[in-house]
Amino acid sequence: MSEPRRSLGFDFIKGFIQENPTFALAIGMCPTLAVTTSVENGFWMGMAVVFVLTFSNVFVSLLRRFIPDAIRIPIFVILIATPVVIVELVMKAYLPAIYEVMGIFVPLIVVNCIIIARAEAFAYRYPVMNSLMDGLGIGAAYTVNLMVIGGIREFLGTGQIALGSIVFPSAPFFEPAAVMLTPPGGFITLGLLMVLFRVTLGSKAKVEDHSKTS
Amino acid sequence: MEDRLLITPAPHITSSKTIQGIMLDVVVSLVPASIAAVVIFGVRSLLIILVSVFSAVAAEAIYQKLFKKPLTINDMSATVTGLLLALTLPPNVPIWIPIIGSVFAIVIAKQIFGGLGTNFVNPALAGRAFVLAAWPLHMTHDWVTPMGYDALTGATPLAGFNGTGKTVLTLRELLLGLRAGSLGETCIIALLVGGIYLIARDVIDWRIPVGYLGTLALGTWIFGNPNGFFMGDWISGLFLGGAILGSFFMATDYVTSPVTRRGRLCMGIGAGVVTLLIRLWGSYPEGVTYAILFMNLVTPLIDKYIVPKYYGYAHDVQARKAATGGAK
Repeated sequence: MSEPRRSLGFDFIKGFIQENPTFALAIGMCPTLAVTTSVENGFWMGMAVVFVLTFSNVFVSLLRRFIPDAIRIPIFVILIATPVVIVELVMKAYLPAIYEVMGIFVPLIVVNCIIIARAEAFAYRYPVMNSLMDGLGIGAAYTVNLMVIGGIREFLGTGQIALGSIVFPSAPFFEPAAVMLTPPGGFITLGLLMVLFRVTLGSKAKVEDHSKTS
Repeated sequence: MEDRLLITPAPHITSSKTIQGIMLDVVVSLVPASIAAVVIFGVRSLLIILVSVFSAVAAEAIYQKLFKKPLTINDMSATVTGLLLALTLPPNVPIWIPIIGSVFAIVIAKQIFGGLGTNFVNPALAGRAFVLAAWPLHMTHDWVTPMGYDALTGATPLAGFNGTGKTVLTLRELLLGLRAGSLGETCIIALLVGGIYLIARDVIDWRIPVGYLGTLALGTWIFGNPNGFFMGDWISGLFLGGAILGSFFMATDYVTSPVTRRGRLCMGIGAGVVTLLIRLWGSYPEGVTYAILFMNLVTPLIDKYIVPKYYGYAHDVQARKAATGGAK
């Protein structure tokens, strides 16, 4: 079985624009909407996904010749569930406050479609190093997305951006809009950012253009 | 010679109604309520109305220029949106609230979904719902006492009415609008004059307001009194809050209400039921905004299932029966 040689750098960088999980592929949307009420939440959710995604990509890629095609999905789920449990226990132990906020969304990383999509579409077909870079790149892009959405919502919703103990206060001339911290605020922010992404970078991304497929 | 035969798609009979004419009628019908707002709550009301209308029209013009769409501010639909939004705001709101509300109504609720005719909810109500969710303190505390123009940061009479089923206001005060409330919702006489004008000019269908207000009155009569059934003060239930404004001017929006007559009645009744649920058992004092928005979303479903019988329906049914020999 010959495998296509791919540049490791490209596999890392493609997650940001061409295969941006949130804005181009539109996958992994539940945590994107649910936990992005602040930059910090977005960051830690992103970190959890980076760890799980890299772990599962590497192991799926390592075992790809031994995994029977017919039962690959259950095997992917086992390979994904392992790091999720690790993340969950580590977060509970060392970041209890963050874990409290994320709640159910940490264990739900098991069924996050980004991770299963990368296992199925990438790690199952490409060598270990490429899969590692793919996991890191997609995860990093996801983290950036969550932090941008979280930052917009936190700034408009609470009037400040808090990073650990450092707090950037808002300009004094606007009153925080509580709606931005609620699910409607999440949908509006995500929708407008997606429009912005597709208008500016859409030609480079793997965006499905529904207006042209009739 | 072949040019003599013109083949055009239906409809072949057109009416003289235009969007601009209809919208102008709506603006005219809202003039009494706007004047009443200025008289009852002071000159600041006029400022809010003007700012809201101006921002709505400006938002539409700027959006259409920016995205190179045909400019449609002359059809006056943005004017109506801005005016309706202003009439749902408390009199003492900061002046940036109507601006943000109008911009949200026009850009997010209307233009992004394709402009007039393709918006899925009433833009003015979507704008109001957004500012209500964004700055709930302003939207529920910036009231003004009628005629005294003093700031009043308590609940409106409706909130008290929902709990006790009683109000201290007399019928005369209710009809003239001498109570705390949103700008355009209080003066019932002015609203009824405008509503009847619209029905008389055949701009709106009476079925939506009648279905809405009838359901609300009946429900308030049955459930409105905590001491027992069939004892509610249904007249105050109708005249307190925004049901009159909403049922005549907002629920009847063509784009977001059903096309059939029975469907419209259905929408009115549905909005009445949702309003009642929110008022009597919900945590908000007033439910007109959400009731109408909810029924806007249900409208496609109503249009799907409530279809008028076509010409020749009875004949077809008979023919089908004859064909199957009447057997089930």
